Amino acid sequence: MTDLVHDPNNPTTAGNPDAVAHPVGDPGFAEHRPRPTDVDPAAEKRAERQIATFFGLSSLMAILFCVAYFTFDIGDDPDTILGMGASNVTLGLTLGLALLFIGIGAIQWSRKLMSDTEIVEMRHALRSPDEDREEAITAFNTGVEDSGIARRPLIRNSLLGAAGTLLLPVIVALRDLGPLPGDALYHTVWKEGMRVVNDVSGSPIRPEWVRIGQLVNAEPEVFYNPEPYDSEPIEGHHLLAEKAKAALILVRMQPDDITPAEGRENWGVDGILAYSKICTHVGCPISLWEQQTHHLLCPCHQSTFDLADNGKVIFGPAARALPQLPLAVDDEGYLIATSDFTEPVGPSFWERG
Amino acid sequence: MRLLTARLAARRRSRLAGPIVLLLGLLLTGGAYALLSPAQAESTGSDTDDVAKGRELFLVGCSSCHGKNGEGVVDKNGDNYGPSLVGVGAAAVDFQVGTGRMPMANPSQQAPVKRVAYNDEEISQLAAFVASLGPGPAIPDAEKYDPESIPEDERQEAIVRGGEFFRTNCTACHNFAASGGALPDGKYAPSLLGVEPRHVYEAMLTGPQQMPVFSDDVLEPEQKRDIIAYLQSIEEQPKYGGTTLGSYGPVAEGMVAWIGGIGVLVGFAVWIASHTARSSRKGTKA
Amino acid sequence: MSTHAKTAAKPAKPSRVGAVANWVDERAGIATAAKKQVRKVFPDHWSFMLGEIALWSFVVLLLTGVFLSLWFKPGMGEVIYDGSYEQLRGLHMSEAYASTLEISFDVRGGLLMRQMHHWAAMLFIAAMFVHLMRVFLTGAFRKPRELNWMIGGVLLLLGILEGFAGYSLPDDLLSGTGLRIADGLVKATPIVGTYMSFFMFGGEFPGDVIVPRLYIVHVLLIPGLLLALIGAHMMLLVYQKHTQWPGPGKTEENVVGYPMLPIYAAKAGGYFFIVFGVTALLGGLVSINPVWRYGPYNPAEVTAGSQPDWYMGVAEGLLRIFPGWETEIFGVTISWNVMLPGQIFPMLILGGTLLYPFIEQWITGDKREHHLLQRPRNAPNRTAFLAAMMSLYGLLWAAGGNDILAILFNLNLNHITYFMRVAVFVIPPIVFWLTRRWCISLQRHDHEKLLHGYETGVIMRSPEGAYSERHLPISEAEAYYITAQEPEKVYELPAETDMNGVANRKARAMKLRARMSKYWFGDNVPRPTREELEAARLHAEHELAQHDPDGHQHLPAGGYTGSHELDGHPVDGHQFDGRHSVEGEELRKH
Repeated sequence: MTDLVHDPNNPTTAGNPDAVAHPVGDPGFAEHRPRPTDVDPAAEKRAERQIATFFGLSSLMAILFCVAYFTFDIGDDPDTILGMGASNVTLGLTLGLALLFIGIGAIQWSRKLMSDTEIVEMRHALRSPDEDREEAITAFNTGVEDSGIARRPLIRNSLLGAAGTLLLPVIVALRDLGPLPGDALYHTVWKEGMRVVNDVSGSPIRPEWVRIGQLVNAEPEVFYNPEPYDSEPIEGHHLLAEKAKAALILVRMQPDDITPAEGRENWGVDGILAYSKICTHVGCPISLWEQQTHHLLCPCHQSTFDLADNGKVIFGPAARALPQLPLAVDDEGYLIATSDFTEPVGPSFWERG
Repeated sequence: MRLLTARLAARRRSRLAGPIVLLLGLLLTGGAYALLSPAQAESTGSDTDDVAKGRELFLVGCSSCHGKNGEGVVDKNGDNYGPSLVGVGAAAVDFQVGTGRMPMANPSQQAPVKRVAYNDEEISQLAAFVASLGPGPAIPDAEKYDPESIPEDERQEAIVRGGEFFRTNCTACHNFAASGGALPDGKYAPSLLGVEPRHVYEAMLTGPQQMPVFSDDVLEPEQKRDIIAYLQSIEEQPKYGGTTLGSYGPVAEGMVAWIGGIGVLVGFAVWIASHTARSSRKGTKA
Repeated sequence: MSTHAKTAAKPAKPSRVGAVANWVDERAGIATAAKKQVRKVFPDHWSFMLGEIALWSFVVLLLTGVFLSLWFKPGMGEVIYDGSYEQLRGLHMSEAYASTLEISFDVRGGLLMRQMHHWAAMLFIAAMFVHLMRVFLTGAFRKPRELNWMIGGVLLLLGILEGFAGYSLPDDLLSGTGLRIADGLVKATPIVGTYMSFFMFGGEFPGDVIVPRLYIVHVLLIPGLLLALIGAHMMLLVYQKHTQWPGPGKTEENVVGYPMLPIYAAKAGGYFFIVFGVTALLGGLVSINPVWRYGPYNPAEVTAGSQPDWYMGVAEGLLRIFPGWETEIFGVTISWNVMLPGQIFPMLILGGTLLYPFIEQWITGDKREHHLLQRPRNAPNRTAFLAAMMSLYGLLWAAGGNDILAILFNLNLNHITYFMRVAVFVIPPIVFWLTRRWCISLQRHDHEKLLHGYETGVIMRSPEGAYSERHLPISEAEAYYITAQEPEKVYELPAETDMNGVANRKARAMKLRARMSKYWFGDNVPRPTREELEAARLHAEHELAQHDPDGHQHLPAGGYTGSHELDGHPVDGHQFDGRHSVEGEELRKH
């Protein structure tokens, strides 16, 4: 099949082999029928008035926008209309209508009053004429020949080498985008003796305060009270980064319902267990815990973990069980961690092993 | 009520000193109290009577699932048919029966909210009976859960604090606007909009159905009250940006963009490209 | 500008506009460039305006975006909020979130602009999608427009990235959760995942640089690329001229339509105001992304119904329904459950989209230029493929909102996921097969109409008492439209002898191509030849003559005075078939 060659000077399709095969002759354009506005001066006047009305309404709306801007209060005691923010609703309505009326007016103008006779434009060949191609190739060859790039491999290769080597600074210069991961993902601020406290209030928790079926969204005490742990105050984005690893859910179940894995028999206190709050799938914090089934659901992608069975995945896209934090009670009777997490928390990564 | 009148009386005494006035004030207080709340006075007066009445109601309406003594019923597979009510406390009864969740119409994954089946007196009798089965959380006093009891100058801070507790403990299930969310296997966290503050408090206290418990020792009463104050404030706040689409988040917004946005704009495109009416008259002027 | 140029062509008139145009032309020579473009022809069809929605929403995005940038502070430094929104006053939050609240509550019209910006972004990407579907269904991506198809595909990808970067900026709970998921996706990259994550966030997630970095990507880098590519897209459109539907007078050699000035200036310009206006109405009446309700980002908080914007819904759905596969081998972890749905599949989809014109060209062997559009029914496999892809897209989209579906329709969350895991494999093939058959039967219907005419709905009783429905030939214009499809050829395997010495692999590829080409065209109904049509016409006339020896007798009594012959055929009641106007007939007039 050869490309069609379009000849702009020959608008008929006679030269086109495919057109010859066309089984039905082209009947040509249908007879043009005038619109009422083309033949009836009254209709034309009507259309003119209609379009001008649209433009006029648009101006009115634009002015109303300015009125609404200064009339309705925002801030801590905003005006309302039907329970909605009055400023936003009126500004949106007036601006929207002002714009719509211009649009509708312009389109009515084109539909009713501008000429509606279809016109024909011929296509031109998209490819360059052969002689142009020839000329371009000759010019290009002359240039290449003149540079001698083909004859002087030493220059060509060293130039390619230099250009390639320039990529190195580009890559190296991006090195300081961030620090290397190091072992940051393997540790959290949890350590032996760190108290488990209620999130937001920061108050420590006694086991007897936690009832069967209770959930506590917990954090390490160091976020609220750094002194006992010889730590600087953790603030700002450091706090967020540490929270993103250390956040905890603490739950209490009937001790008989729990089936601890080997080596985890002592990780709970009277049925109180603590798990990482960070999903092992892609890291959403999870706290949708069903106290009767002991299932914990992630609201982002619906991975479900069984907290009575070592945080095992029972549904959804997560692959790994939630890391568990071993608990104990300190001298004053408050819940503490007995170590850091024994594995990295949060989403999987390559070198995690 | 009693506290309020006592406080009033105390104030009056401080202004109008004198033993006679004190005596008069106390008498008035007592008289007004007796006149205004006879039912409550009666109920406090005869606890054992309430327990007996509650037991009668319980045997009729609850015992088929929860057992004659509220000990619970286990079916032949060993699953809980109706859980034991020993130690759930009066608060649990007030929540479950007071919101119409109990008695359940039919056993299912979750007890939905229905029309309340008992009147207030009957509910308090049932609560008294269940409370007598074992120690459990009592129905909270109004000043524990009522955001109105927060002093005016502390209210704004309390709401902000409540928002923090709400986002940490509640939004994961109940959604950022408290409009509810899905749980596994067809269960759901219900919407909190329009729920009585007392019932919100009792739900946190007792952990109904799949909801975890938030005991008063860990999430203190005023923190619970702050959460309720925050809930009220977001329910009462204006819809700043227009209709909220049920506050279900970006899914609803996407539907609007396609139907209300692209749909309407395609409609306009069809109009723009359509042909206008034609005249049967042959063109003379044009 | 172009009106000036037009006036400049007649320098005899010393008008003020002419003087300005003359001044410009003497320096920039605009008349030569403008003389062709001012009356450039655009064909008129509603589906040709879908791309315009995308273009105009982009302009709305630029305008509203500039407004927002006057107040937005792209910083993650911690501040204590003391603005108008009481429920958050006194909380620690990032500058980005605080300034978003300021725009929403303390700048008049700020909330409107924020909501318009967000709605326009949703519309921008949605419009690119429907435009892409139109181009695909009508075969407008075929030679010579493959390049513009690919530019369009890249524009769509950039639009989605731009949207993601944009809704991550306010640093609220929802956008932070989105970034957290993005961090999880990046970390799942083999070998370099953790390094990429640390370089992106400037350390451990969330760090304090991601918002300013995304901001510059959002306001400079991607918009710049979008502008440049939109420019290239439009220039190619102007150079190649628009495609058009086949029809009387419309050929591969011409474009029939209305001129740029004045018709399209009014229509396209008016459409801009309509897109702008609809966006403003949405922004004023419908709340979008109420960041104040989500609260500032906190990695220990999350909300039920955490969803991305709609255009990320497919990736979200893939992530949700993927089984929890992970391999631990040789001391490393490969997270198939994140890598495949989050990285590999989106790249495959993009690659497939960009290469589609070449894949189809390889199968059909069609290297001709096409300026006339194809009706979707005439390319059954392509249409069916798109329908199947749309069903897959819809399923994944629904899977991405499975929690919302569960709560709204009282469904079981887990059952939806199990259903989707199977449905994504089962439903698209069924949709493909159904659509393909449907297209082919539509082709057969066209063929019937060409050879045996259309059904008039007029029932005739013969003298013997038999009933039959009268068929009448379709109009010439309709016949021309139906037969506009170019003839097509099934790729045939070259003769065996040619293959001596040809590598085995190539022979296999050719066999595959022949098989696919056969499947592609095999069931198509070939258009009738001129002879077949002629024979059918003679047959029809013969039939009519037999049934109606003297056609005039059957005329209705009430003065039908129109021509007794319509389309060259005797009148026999078909005037009431709804396709012809009948004088004195009132029932059909409403």
